[in-house]
Amino acid sequence: MNLEFTAEEKAFRDEVRNFIENNYPQNIERAAVQDDMSPEDMTAWHKILGEKGWSVPAWPEQYGGTGWTPTQRYIWSEENARVNAVMPLPFGVAMVGPVIYTFGNEEQKAKHLPGIRSGDVWWCQGYSEPGAGSDLASLKTTAIRDGDDYILNGQKTWTTLAQHADWGFFLCRTDPDAPKPQQGISFILVDMNTPGIEVRPIKLIDGGYEVNEVWLTDVRVPAENLIGEENKGWTYAKFLLAHERSGIAGVARSKRGVEQLKDIAKHEMLDGEPLIKDMGFATKISQLEIDLAALEITELRTLAGEQAGKGPGPESSLLKVKGTEIQQRLTELTLEAVGYYGTPDFRSFPADGSNDFPIGPDYAHSAAPTYFNMRKTSIYGGSNEIQRNIITKMVLGL
Amino acid sequence: MDFNFSDEQNMVRDGISRLVREQYDWDTRRAVISSESGWRPEFWAQLAELGMLAAPFSEEDGGFGGGAVETMLIMEEFGKGLVVEPFIPSVVCAGGFLKHAGTAAQKDEYLSAIISGEKVFAFAYAEPQGRYDLANLTTTAKKDGEGYTLSGQKAVVIGAPWASHFVVTARTSGGETDADGVSVFIVAKDAAGVSLRDYATVDGRRASEVYFENVSVPADALIGELDNGLPLIETVVDEATAAVCAEATGAMQVTHAMTLEYARQRKQFGVPISSFQVLQHRMVDMFMEYEQSISMSYLATIKLAEDEATRKHAVSSAKVRIGQSARFVGQSAVQTHGGMGVTDETAVGSYFKRLSIIESEFGSVDHHMRRHIKLTAAA
Repeated sequence: MNLEFTAEEKAFRDEVRNFIENNYPQNIERAAVQDDMSPEDMTAWHKILGEKGWSVPAWPEQYGGTGWTPTQRYIWSEENARVNAVMPLPFGVAMVGPVIYTFGNEEQKAKHLPGIRSGDVWWCQGYSEPGAGSDLASLKTTAIRDGDDYILNGQKTWTTLAQHADWGFFLCRTDPDAPKPQQGISFILVDMNTPGIEVRPIKLIDGGYEVNEVWLTDVRVPAENLIGEENKGWTYAKFLLAHERSGIAGVARSKRGVEQLKDIAKHEMLDGEPLIKDMGFATKISQLEIDLAALEITELRTLAGEQAGKGPGPESSLLKVKGTEIQQRLTELTLEAVGYYGTPDFRSFPADGSNDFPIGPDYAHSAAPTYFNMRKTSIYGGSNEIQRNIITKMVLGL
Repeated sequence: MDFNFSDEQNMVRDGISRLVREQYDWDTRRAVISSESGWRPEFWAQLAELGMLAAPFSEEDGGFGGGAVETMLIMEEFGKGLVVEPFIPSVVCAGGFLKHAGTAAQKDEYLSAIISGEKVFAFAYAEPQGRYDLANLTTTAKKDGEGYTLSGQKAVVIGAPWASHFVVTARTSGGETDADGVSVFIVAKDAAGVSLRDYATVDGRRASEVYFENVSVPADALIGELDNGLPLIETVVDEATAAVCAEATGAMQVTHAMTLEYARQRKQFGVPISSFQVLQHRMVDMFMEYEQSISMSYLATIKLAEDEATRKHAVSSAKVRIGQSARFVGQSAVQTHGGMGVTDETAVGSYFKRLSIIESEFGSVDHHMRRHIKLTAAA
């Protein structure tokens, strides 16, 4: 038992910290709400990391991975969170990339992996449908073979940032007569510029446009874009979902959020004292920190298991549930901390550029929208109810 | 013991209920809150015409002899439709100040105009540094000949863009947080030195930062006693708090009903999701929170007329319970709606947002818990 980093790990930490300090672009404009950022700003760090060879640390080295141990990858994400770095989006790096290098053929690897590494190609995920959310396997979008092509028809939804996407990976039904719904699904890569694709942004409760409906009408896709075998897509989808969950705890980001919350609670005053000195509010912050410490050690134990050769298993459902509960709690406390100024909608502020009469402190402007937006975390990536079902079956054996 | 409403009260409720159902459907509200003005003066005029703006006032004040129960019934129905028009700022707050402490001349000039809908008030009490403390005031009113000169900033003044007048709390003597030395004034929005920065709020209303720069008001702008305004402010804010509690129960009821409806019709794994026990129990918990909230809304409303300590104790108890329930019901509704719950297209998200802001309106859960603790310790 030892929680200390080794001398090598400390040296590694210094190296990456130094690299981040010297290379993280200072001109990235952090919008009050992350989804308001420009696509250029969202990919700027990814592109720098691509050149450095650090954009896909978790991949096998033969595909451009760094060969870092899980602990080193943990240090890497910690160091990025320290500076609140805008990290590479997960759709290419953490989702379709691993599917392509694990199940794709050599042509597919050669065609797609470089763009994912470099950040030049933006990917989106075509999974959920209006009728297929938690019950993803009931999806209805069809891909019908026609000569050397598939013809896709259907509707996907909740497709994050599809408005910027160059490519998408879609789950489609290729065998409507399969005995089980999971058995007739295929995993197909789609060029988002193909005729017949229409992306319609969905406005969310925070006023931002982060997800989309993607309508597919007779979209002709070359059959060579099929990943692995036809009708085996569910296997690849499950593989991907396990990968998606392993980063979902968001420990480093939540630690950063706790520091921001403390800063706010130092500025906000209650009865002539900083809010952070109030026993009631301080208790809530401490409770959050304690829960976050438990989550962090649990994640480190999972990482250690990975280092010993165990793949991410159903325990990652625990990380997802607890991680998102903490992320949401953080947004609740931030909204509480800012008091009156959680109420104004910053999107409606007078656009006169005048700073003579500020409408509350800047840190207050994102509190409510972030609180509203982060309700998604217990819904997406397999809702927390579904995660508990997974633990029920796979861990408890019930 | 009697939890029945009088015939007159039932008529008020039925009238408002019908009006909200007929005129405040979801699409209409959406269009209104995104319009340039953000409200419907004609809806306000209709409320006045139906006598609803007169409902909580005595007959000698030009009302229909009602009181807090009428306000509760109206606000509960407004909560069901997420009505944005400024009943609390204009009728409950400004009307409340005038009802409790207005001179005959003030009532004549202002209260009748509030009741007729000709004048619309906003209540400018919160300050950027104030954090729900009603006595924490840096806005000052200095004696200037016969009248006063006001200077300062008020934060997040709900309904200010729609208002013709403000009720303004200001310090007339003493230190920044002293209980003594607080006074209440009526200020016309078009008075020289008043400026506003208007904006929308995250729950679909409008508000402003309101700045007073050497604003001269006459001596008869003062409502109540000079320097001794805090007890009056606390009385009115407790009445407003009870009103917002009632609004919350209406919003929670609709939120719960919507969630049940969605769970019944939404199918996954070949069955309605309402058949899953984990969701059933969540909806049962929402129901229980909502029922407890109604009870607390009644408690707060009934105790408004009692002595100060009893009133404060009841109102803070209600606001704590209802603040917690509002959060639980809102979050649970969104979670049960899944992705649909976080879109701007569905009504449930708007109810969730309104409930989220109600949590802290007229004092957060923490604020009222602290007040409850202090009252309990002092008893």
